[in-house]
Amino acid sequence: MDVIYTIWLRNVKRYIRSKSRIVGSLGMPVFFLIFLGFGLNSVVTIPGASENYTEFLVPGIVAMSVLFTSIFAGIQIIWDKQFGFLKETLVAPVSRFEIMLGQTFGGATTAIIQGGIILVLSLFIGLSFPGLTGSLIAAGFMILIGIAFTALGIAIASRMEDMNGFQLIMSFLVFPLFGLSGAMFPISSLPPLFKTLTLFDPLTYGVEGVRYGLTGASQIDPVISLAVLFSFSVVMIMLGGYLFKAVKV
Amino acid sequence: MKAVKVENLTKKFGEFTAVDNISFDIEEGEIFGLLGPNGAGKTTTISMLATMAKATAGKAVINGYDMKTSQDGVRKSIGIVFQDQSLDEELTARENMDFHGRLYRIPKEVREERIEELLRLVGLFERKDDLVKTFSGGMRRRLEIARGLLHRPKVLFLDEPTLGLDPQTRNYLWEYIEKLNQDFKISVIITTHYMEEADRLCDRIGIIDKGKIVAMDTPENLKDRIGGDIITVKSPDYREKIKDCGFFWIDRTEFFDGFFTITLSGAEEHLTEIISALIGQGIKITSVSMHKPTLEDVFLHYTGRSIRDEEAGAKDRMRMMHMVRRH
Ligand SMILES: Nc1ncnc2c1ncn2[C@@H]1O[C@H](COP(=O)(O)OP(=O)(O)O)[C@@H](O)[C@H]1O
Ligand SMILES: [Mg+2]
Repeated sequence: MDVIYTIWLRNVKRYIRSKSRIVGSLGMPVFFLIFLGFGLNSVVTIPGASENYTEFLVPGIVAMSVLFTSIFAGIQIIWDKQFGFLKETLVAPVSRFEIMLGQTFGGATTAIIQGGIILVLSLFIGLSFPGLTGSLIAAGFMILIGIAFTALGIAIASRMEDMNGFQLIMSFLVFPLFGLSGAMFPISSLPPLFKTLTLFDPLTYGVEGVRYGLTGASQIDPVISLAVLFSFSVVMIMLGGYLFKAVKV
Repeated sequence: MKAVKVENLTKKFGEFTAVDNISFDIEEGEIFGLLGPNGAGKTTTISMLATMAKATAGKAVINGYDMKTSQDGVRKSIGIVFQDQSLDEELTARENMDFHGRLYRIPKEVREERIEELLRLVGLFERKDDLVKTFSGGMRRRLEIARGLLHRPKVLFLDEPTLGLDPQTRNYLWEYIEKLNQDFKISVIITTHYMEEADRLCDRIGIIDKGKIVAMDTPENLKDRIGGDIITVKSPDYREKIKDCGFFWIDRTEFFDGFFTITLSGAEEHLTEIISALIGQGIKITSVSMHKPTLEDVFLHYTGRSIRDEEAGAKDRMRMMHMVRRH
């Protein structure tokens, strides 16, 4: 427990100190919210739903924020490898799984803060306050998204030597995960083939869960979303733990 | 009990043998040096002993713990300063220490007390709340040493601790390592390619070249084995022309690239005779120097090459620049 907390603490401290990173990674989601939200609000109506497009979009953008921040937080251990700090951690008499868990929770925490900031900003552009229960449900799903994708980032970073593959990961993993997740459009209006694809995207269940929490409506039963996302998180932690165990410095 | 016991340790990377069947012991409280040029296998040896790399063959016992079967025991027994920096630059000096103390599960009060004591010891207490990225190379090294001592290890591993530091800082660190060894009764294994460093600090030295330990003894004994005085003659063309000078008082003549050495006792008295004889043989002499054997001569004697501090120095500077650029 001490060890997990120690590593978590380091990650959170570093995050809080990197003001430019915090502000920088708010840029894209805020841009999406304002331009897509305001721009499309009057022309897009969501079939079969009472909410307007901005309200529909917010959960998707929050989930996106959490996704990007957490994958990036996981991949950051490549920096630790390159700057040598990982050696200091790995030579200590602690299990690698504990280190990996600390890293995962640290990354997830920063991702949730990042998503939370977007959420609060959204209240100013038309999101109505979802109430306490709704907020807690949304927070729960954000935590799961954060944990699952930080663990995935660690799994990937365990196999990478340097940041050269980063662009590849953004293009072939992160953007597809986001694009297929139903963050920007309702999955029920997709052609059947695409709809099937979205159901294979674990982020879909995160977006739907957050959406249920924030707006009270979703296209996937929140219990199913919770079950799928939770299982996915467990699998990712196991995968990350397994691959991190084999890391060489 | 020996602090460290290494038997037939070997490490292969594919076909290449980086560490070749080495064995040595370190007594408790001893400073043991692994002296060898870049690529000799020093870091690889340290990595295996510190449980960071798997040995291909062989055995090592550290503070009574077997490297293979009780990893955690070994890890608790050792403190290590890696060759390349391993600090978190975005944290302060105190936070780096605190992180370490927590990882090694040192209770809060003890931890805070020791952090203060050690930071004072390495002269960084005033800077404890500054981010490490504002520290100079020497300050970072001192912080790493302090951190390595926080959990009171029995054996301290220092992998090229003065690499890339200026002579003044290097001197300061040497004094400091000696003091630690005395005050904490800690065994130290230090790797270096600086002759002077090994000579000054180590109780015993293993000279390592191409993965093998070619000689091992106290610095004095190593130098005594070379014996007497050494005259080094630099000459562009000795190979074709030299015949044995034939003086009975010459112990040994050894030939290298562009120079040769003559080992004898009482070099001062015989110098003119030797030079006359060489000139008599028509050998062009670029320079002559005369000195007591150093570890450089020992290394030269056992490997046929010189460690070439100069070249290594240039490489270090490049590496340091490279590191700075990456940051
Ligand atoms: N991970 C590795 N893979 C392949 N070769 C390696 C690896 N690590 C070290 N070596 C090689 O092993 C030899 C010894 O390296 P090292 O132990 O770092 O030497 P030293 O520390 O004495 O300078 C070198 O030739 C180096 O290139
Ligand atoms: Mg080395």
